[in-house]
Amino acid sequence: MLLLIQYTLIFASVLILVALGGCFSEHSGVINIGLEGIMVIGALGGALTMRYLTAGMPAFVVILLVVLASVISGMIFSLLLGVAAIKFNADQTLVGTALNLLGPAIAVVLVRAVNTAESVDNVSSTVVYGQAKKAFLVNMGSFEFNWFMLIALLILIASYIVLYKTRFGLRLCACGEHPQAADSVGINVYKMRYAGVLISGALGGLGGLVYITAGVSEWKFENGVAGFGFLALAVMIFGQWRPINIGLTALLFGMFRALSNVYMGFDALVALKLPSTIYNMLPYIISLIVLVFVSKKSRAPKAEGVPYDKGLR
Amino acid sequence: MAEYAIEMLNITKKFPGIIANDNITLQLKKGEIHALLGENGAGKSTLMSVLFGLYQPEEGEIHKNGKRVTINDPNDANALGIGMVHQHFKLVECFSVLDNIILGVETTKGGLLQKEEARKKVVALSEKYGLSVDPDAIVEDITVGMQQRTEILKMLYRDNDILIFDEPTAVLTPQEIQELLTIMKNLAAEGKSILFITHKLAEIMQVADRCSVLRKGKYIGTVSVKDTTPEKLSAMMVGRDVNFVVEKKPATPKEVVLDVRNMTVASKHHKNNAVNNVSLQVHRGEIVCIAGIDGNGQTEFVYGLSGLEPLKSGTITMNGADITHLPIRRRLTMGMSHIPEDRHKHGLVLDYSLEDNIVLQRYFEPQFTNPFGFLKRKEIRKYANRLIEQYDVRSGQGAVTKARSMSGGNQQKAIIAREIDKNPELLIAVQPTRGLDVGAIEYIHKQLVAQRDAGKGVLLVSLELDEVMNVSDRILVMYEGEIVGEFDPKKVTVEELGLYMAGSKRKEAVR
Repeated sequence: MLLLIQYTLIFASVLILVALGGCFSEHSGVINIGLEGIMVIGALGGALTMRYLTAGMPAFVVILLVVLASVISGMIFSLLLGVAAIKFNADQTLVGTALNLLGPAIAVVLVRAVNTAESVDNVSSTVVYGQAKKAFLVNMGSFEFNWFMLIALLILIASYIVLYKTRFGLRLCACGEHPQAADSVGINVYKMRYAGVLISGALGGLGGLVYITAGVSEWKFENGVAGFGFLALAVMIFGQWRPINIGLTALLFGMFRALSNVYMGFDALVALKLPSTIYNMLPYIISLIVLVFVSKKSRAPKAEGVPYDKGLR
Repeated sequence: MAEYAIEMLNITKKFPGIIANDNITLQLKKGEIHALLGENGAGKSTLMSVLFGLYQPEEGEIHKNGKRVTINDPNDANALGIGMVHQHFKLVECFSVLDNIILGVETTKGGLLQKEEARKKVVALSEKYGLSVDPDAIVEDITVGMQQRTEILKMLYRDNDILIFDEPTAVLTPQEIQELLTIMKNLAAEGKSILFITHKLAEIMQVADRCSVLRKGKYIGTVSVKDTTPEKLSAMMVGRDVNFVVEKKPATPKEVVLDVRNMTVASKHHKNNAVNNVSLQVHRGEIVCIAGIDGNGQTEFVYGLSGLEPLKSGTITMNGADITHLPIRRRLTMGMSHIPEDRHKHGLVLDYSLEDNIVLQRYFEPQFTNPFGFLKRKEIRKYANRLIEQYDVRSGQGAVTKARSMSGGNQQKAIIAREIDKNPELLIAVQPTRGLDVGAIEYIHKQLVAQRDAGKGVLLVSLELDEVMNVSDRILVMYEGEIVGEFDPKKVTVEELGLYMAGSKRKEAVR
């Protein structure tokens, strides 16, 4: 049971971070369907940093450096979407899809290059980071506390405050709802949209890092992040673009994802004799069902996906 | 103190191939309501864009309180106290009224928004000027009139003293128009200077102190409203005398062309029916007008007629054939023409060319499509050019102009050309003159009467009482989805109609 809670929390943390990332981007008016790719790149930045950190650093420094690395790689990668969508008015869905294809590809190429440089025969796309990863974990009895759980909670609270209680949030949401209105009161729509996309890059990158460090101590980048970016999009939609709802939805989805890791521990579930693939599919099937029912009523930011053109009235 | 709050002196703004503003001078006195009158394309929007710094004029100066100023972008204009209520409101629909008002000029403390002070200021302003609106209401839940008051409060909250209203009455009901005009007078009395862009002469006569007229980019003159008449103003605007009274012979109704029985249409917004048990007939050779305040089921009634919405019950018969369940294209090919209420939504494909829009209902005819399913572009071009010429549809590049880039009046002319040239049995025209200038309105009214005289049945849906009284041969008043009265325009007064439209009187319609 404890294990279920532990996995639920860690997977929920991933979903919270990434879904909030999507939330900021979409509130600014840019659809970010490339979260999956951003996650991979963020994870790559974090994993490589962990691998090359010298042993024996204080845990705090390790956490700071690794988080920073994944956040920055996520932001840089998200800039591709920002520049294409905001400066060149590209179709946001297409650019996002391109990011999703590009992200894992870059990761595999880079990791293989790094691996072969070290040993000619090693062509795997796996990064091992077992030692550094321990910095994130604190054992509380049999419960393995991960600092990312706390970070995700703090970011969730911060997002709520930023979106609803600050000038930045008010302006950001105005840009996603009615950019012409925002422009007419002197708000720079382009700047706000860049801000939204960059925040989504930062949170998406961080989410990717949390995902790969969730259970294992090495990551094979060929696997990408197994659709978690899309799952986060589903969480965002089910959460109706609101931080609190996103938090609750993420817990629900996180639990279904966690079940596939730990269902062996529940006699009742084992007795059902379902193949393990069923549990693996569960979160994705749930998200499909949820979206079918929710998306009709969904209140997406009105102007999302529409490139802003100052001249158009 | 200088006499003028803002002066635009000898402004000339050229675009490739066209002089949008040719040496225009506009002087707005402090505390006056100054009307800016001109047809679509006369250069009003360009002039305002110059004032807001969106365009830089080739020649001319702008003075505020007698001092020369330069305006490079809307923020400069804001800083000079110039504010504008746009024709299409610039409000974030899911925000509260208060959030919309403070957006862009928020006060913060420790990074957090401080709304209490703002709320107090907004409440004080709304009481001072009689702008009743709940600051905590969400914009999408409130009426258009309230949204407009929110826009006005936005300007007042920013301490703007030069207020520009761009066609503010186009979207309002008659009652809301009166409220707005009162508010404008209050604002002027408090020392605000108001520039009122419109082409409704009655409103100018009612509130404005002076009126400047533009025509085809040129400055025609400024007159004091109390020394002029609507006829003189419209002659200045159009450049010739305009006939306000639609000339027409008495109607000679013939056989029934449209017979609607007990039509009921469900509402999308509430549980009651939008159209409730409506029966009416339209004969050949008459113009039947459905009058009523916006939102009383006229839109849904026409949707039901044209097939855009299914009926809950009732039958529609056209020329003796039951069309209740026929698809839209069948109705159109059987002789129904529809000039829709929303020309952007249902009238045109805005990103198609003018010729494609013109042939939109007929492209499948053998005349325009060969047996292999390919379009005969040459024939389409020929046909489009004939209509463009015949109906005087003006556009930048002729048949290949994108519909989006055309002026509203010419978009409407294109629709009318398409619908009338089909030689319909029944012409349904919904608010065909909305947002158009006097010249275009006159033209459209003539076309409606010509169709009637050619023996077609015409069903006109209108919110404008002048139009209802002038054009129709028979008036039906619709209130809350029902026909509450039938009138002969020669025997009824506007006041009487108003009572029925507001629901305070009703009688069973003669069927």
